[in-house]
Amino acid sequence: MNTILQVERLTHTYSVGTPFQRSAVEDISFAVERGEFLGIIGHTGSGKSTLIQHLNGLLRPTAGRVLLEGKDIWAEPKKIRNVRFQVGLVFQYPEYQLFEETVYKDIAFGPKNQGKTGDALDHAVREAARLVGLRDEHLDKSPFELSGGQKRRVALAGVLAMEPKVLVLDEPTAGLDPAGRENLMANIRDFHRNQGTTILLVSHSMDEIARNANRILVLKSARILMSGTPAEVFARGEELLAAGLDVPQITRVAMALRDRGLPVDPAVYTVEGLEAQLLALKRGGGPC
Amino acid sequence: MLKDITLGQYFPGNTVAHRLDPRTKILLVVLYITALFCAGSFAAYGLMAAVLAVCVRVSRVGLRALVKGLKPVLFIIVFTGLLNLLFTPGEGILWAWGPFHVTETGLRNAAFMVLRIMLLIMGTFLMTYTTSPISLTDGLERLLSGLKRFHVPVHELTMIMSIALRFIPTLIEETDKIMSAQKARGADFESGNLMEKARALVPILVPLFISAFRRADELATAMECRCYHGGEGRTKLHVLQYQRRDYAALTLGVLILAGVIALRACGL
Ligand SMILES: Nc1ncnc2c1ncn2[C@@H]1O[C@H](COP(=O)(O)OP(=O)(O)O)[C@@H](O)[C@H]1O
Ligand SMILES: [Mg+2]
Repeated sequence: MNTILQVERLTHTYSVGTPFQRSAVEDISFAVERGEFLGIIGHTGSGKSTLIQHLNGLLRPTAGRVLLEGKDIWAEPKKIRNVRFQVGLVFQYPEYQLFEETVYKDIAFGPKNQGKTGDALDHAVREAARLVGLRDEHLDKSPFELSGGQKRRVALAGVLAMEPKVLVLDEPTAGLDPAGRENLMANIRDFHRNQGTTILLVSHSMDEIARNANRILVLKSARILMSGTPAEVFARGEELLAAGLDVPQITRVAMALRDRGLPVDPAVYTVEGLEAQLLALKRGGGPC
Repeated sequence: MLKDITLGQYFPGNTVAHRLDPRTKILLVVLYITALFCAGSFAAYGLMAAVLAVCVRVSRVGLRALVKGLKPVLFIIVFTGLLNLLFTPGEGILWAWGPFHVTETGLRNAAFMVLRIMLLIMGTFLMTYTTSPISLTDGLERLLSGLKRFHVPVHELTMIMSIALRFIPTLIEETDKIMSAQKARGADFESGNLMEKARALVPILVPLFISAFRRADELATAMECRCYHGGEGRTKLHVLQYQRRDYAALTLGVLILAGVIALRACGL
């Protein structure tokens, strides 16, 4: 695999030189492989949003570098807009950024800024709308007539329409009802599977991350607490809990079973995984 | 960043300057401004600057924060200064070029004008830095309560003011967020001519207004749910009461004003 994004010893300090000075990101390094689905998890205030705003150059590092395809994104500050088209960032509660008269025009804002016109523009908009599950009849409506979940899809489409190489999502399901969450995540999963775009998903729901990510980055107080595959991370479930973070529900069940003396491996994060373990135990004539 | 704007920002603390009754502080600022307009000599301005310096010292507000408050009005200060410097007629022309001429009177006027604006702004900011918006409007309401007899809706006006003050930081934060979100979609606020720059503001202003209206609506509902119905018959949790330090501070303020007027009368 090859690396698409690389973060090197990134530090960001807010309000330097005032009584409110504080580091929101401290000495963070990691790499993102092309096509991977990376989950970033951490408490509110652990620095997730600050970190990802560096990836498309909205924030400038206090120290450290961000490399996109091997090139420092701040090498040419005048061209930072190009980075923003390549690393699409969807903010938390993105529906509050909608402003156009119609859904179509709002989705077209990004690709237009990119310089797309005519058929290319139309194609980009319609394709993005389709990817997030918006129907054609929605496109001519005012975005303000739509439901909360639909507004969010419009905002997501507005970034997808720029056809970024990396898609960064900041808590895309925050504030949606369970059905809306699952729906949107299914869209994002399909998008990842079909387009092969690299995705970074920020969330504070362990279950959401566990179900979707190939690799997980756990942030705590502005630093990386752990990183690895879901199995590697959830094998350290006790540490996560001690740090005040959650583990997926099924990992919790496995940990409880183990504490009662069953020889289960708690590094499991899907129902199927635990089921397989328990069946194996049963067949092996264990105490189950 | 927009966040760096300090507009009526309150720095909590527990100094005498913080503990004074808000009414006292408002009255002191009024006295200070009056004194500034009475001042007509370097001696008087020196006195005013010294008074401010002592107040800053007592309040423990950093001088840097106070100077930062001047930044947004820097243009006005420079502009007024230049206007006075270049266009004041008078004797003793030091330099002239076309319609511009620098005179001794002009030099003096410009210096006084710049000093006056700077001291005025810093003095007012010192009050907002040491008084929370809530107690400030509380004090204002009490001070103006006499106007109720003339059917001035004092309570409603001060309520509007305190809500506005309360939401300034929120709106600034929101503007920051919306700007970032639109920049992430390639919005460009820096380049282009004036017309293009104005048009680039639409993607910020529309969401900002929508959210401001939404907030106003939610706030109104929340207030109604708690049976808010205006100022009539409303009692206060914290009833303002002048203490000995308030009388002392006000006496001092009046004395300083008298001093400045005396300086002027002596032709100093
Ligand atoms: N614009 C800002 N100015 C000052 N401090 C900020 C700003 N944005 C975030 N912070 C602070 O930085 C820390 C990390 O915030 P954030 O990156 O939003 O965390 P998260 O997204 O994980 O909740 C928090 O303590 C927050 O208060
Ligand atoms: Mg966040």
